[in-house]
Amino acid sequence: MTDVETPHAASEGEPRAEVRVVDAPLRPPSDTTGLMEVFRRRYLLRLLVKREISARYQGSFLGLLWSYINPLSQFLIYYFIMQIVIGRGQFENFAVHVFCGLIVVHFFTETFNAGTRSIVRNKSLVQKMAVPREMFPVASMLVSLFHVVPQLVILVAVSLLYGYTPDPGAFAAASLALAIVMVLGTALALLFSTANVFFRDFSSAVNILTNFTRFGVPMIYPYTMVQERFGSAAEYYLWNPMANAVLLVQRGFWVGTTKDPEETARVHLPANLFELGLWSLLGSLVLLVVAQRVFSRLEQRIPERL
Amino acid sequence: MSDSIVVDHATKNFTLRYHRTLKDITVAMSRGRAISDTFQAVDDVSFTVGQGESIGLMGLNGSGKSTLLKLIIGVMRPDSGEVLTRGRVSGLIATGAGFHPQLTGRENIFLNAAILGMTEQETKAKFDDIVEFAEVGRFLDTPVGTYSSGMYARLGFAVAIHVDSDVFLADEVLAVGDRPFKKKCLERMQEIRHSGRTVFYVSHSAGSVRKMCDRVIVLEKGRVAYDGEVDAGIRFLKYDDPGQPDLDDEIGADI
Repeated sequence: MTDVETPHAASEGEPRAEVRVVDAPLRPPSDTTGLMEVFRRRYLLRLLVKREISARYQGSFLGLLWSYINPLSQFLIYYFIMQIVIGRGQFENFAVHVFCGLIVVHFFTETFNAGTRSIVRNKSLVQKMAVPREMFPVASMLVSLFHVVPQLVILVAVSLLYGYTPDPGAFAAASLALAIVMVLGTALALLFSTANVFFRDFSSAVNILTNFTRFGVPMIYPYTMVQERFGSAAEYYLWNPMANAVLLVQRGFWVGTTKDPEETARVHLPANLFELGLWSLLGSLVLLVVAQRVFSRLEQRIPERL
Repeated sequence: MSDSIVVDHATKNFTLRYHRTLKDITVAMSRGRAISDTFQAVDDVSFTVGQGESIGLMGLNGSGKSTLLKLIIGVMRPDSGEVLTRGRVSGLIATGAGFHPQLTGRENIFLNAAILGMTEQETKAKFDDIVEFAEVGRFLDTPVGTYSSGMYARLGFAVAIHVDSDVFLADEVLAVGDRPFKKKCLERMQEIRHSGRTVFYVSHSAGSVRKMCDRVIVLEKGRVAYDGEVDAGIRFLKYDDPGQPDLDDEIGADI
């Protein structure tokens, strides 16, 4: 360091026209408030989500219709295999039962997978721009949430065909389930998106984890079966927030399509389902706080490790 | 005059990773070799910039200019020391970052502006100026993936230059674009400078630094080697070697 004083050599050209008074405090430019910052910049978040969605269907003739065709075809496959070929006669409307689980599991795995890759995928932005980095996992979750809507529409339509009448409890159950998956998915996406920056192995590991999710929830088998096989140990099965989310959606729709909804709920769902759901939500919120802490800690090293 | 940028003993280390796979690490450990090493990209740098000053940051490749800029814009945090800024910091850095090739020019303008911190109203108010500056004409509603590289760069530029920031950063950006566009950009940057905004300009071009700046900071291996008056700074770097006065012009780089 040679010269520390700051001379103001008059450069060529006209002199300074104005003096700008900046009414802001001096602060570290890298300071962010984490998820709160994402909320503060929700306009950008909205555009990022829109970018993902419109880029996915760009150049496609049917466009957004695909997000209806996909779940509908899945439902028909399950209907055909589960209800006609395998013929689980003793189990009413099994295809609806499976489809309820499928929606929840899809939402979760999409969030988890895309969220884990989100920071690496947005490399160019993360390395060069001062954008809150929580933005990307959160955007992945919202894109997945967007795709839940058409699936719900199909679920409701199919349920109505089975003579389903909605009730407030159903609405509450479905909302609680979505809330659980949103929070849990965001928490895991936050954790694994940073981990993935340091070791790309994590995105492969997440693939395996999501396979477990598919079979760790009462989707292609009823919860009754878990109770029969494991007896009192079935309680531990319900420590899995995803299992509760699936059961809640089944409470919201599938139960209402059966002949005797009350009897179905009594036989096939845990008695304290809502209580379990609230605990799951709370647990997911705690995980989200932990994830945010870890994220803030590791975040500083992200740009140089990408 | 209030302080606009304060850099106080800032240091930024980078880790050099020799081995990253399990196999590499096992081999390195069994042979007793180092697994990683660090170096200081920015090493104990201190300076203060007043509001409205125009600084030229110079130095050879690898001297830490870009890292310092990243500390100022807030992408990175110093490992020790402190970097403080006042007001909104933005500018011509990574122009076009975040452009999505499948989206149209129009959509990308809104997205890019939001990334740079502009609100929806601000973008709408400046939209016509941005389009005019970018000169993309009727390609505005075609996907930017189909743009020529010049058009792509101009669009990124046009958005970034319209952000109303208090500190304006520019990182060797004028390497793209044809001569008229470069000229327009330099004029625009002069306007920014004369509007009382702090300008922090990274450049290799002695000519444009002389035109744009009233103070030069030279980095050498991550340390401040010179901080002061413009011509002396350029002499310090030996960028005004009388033997080749028109090198800038000869290699066709304004910057």
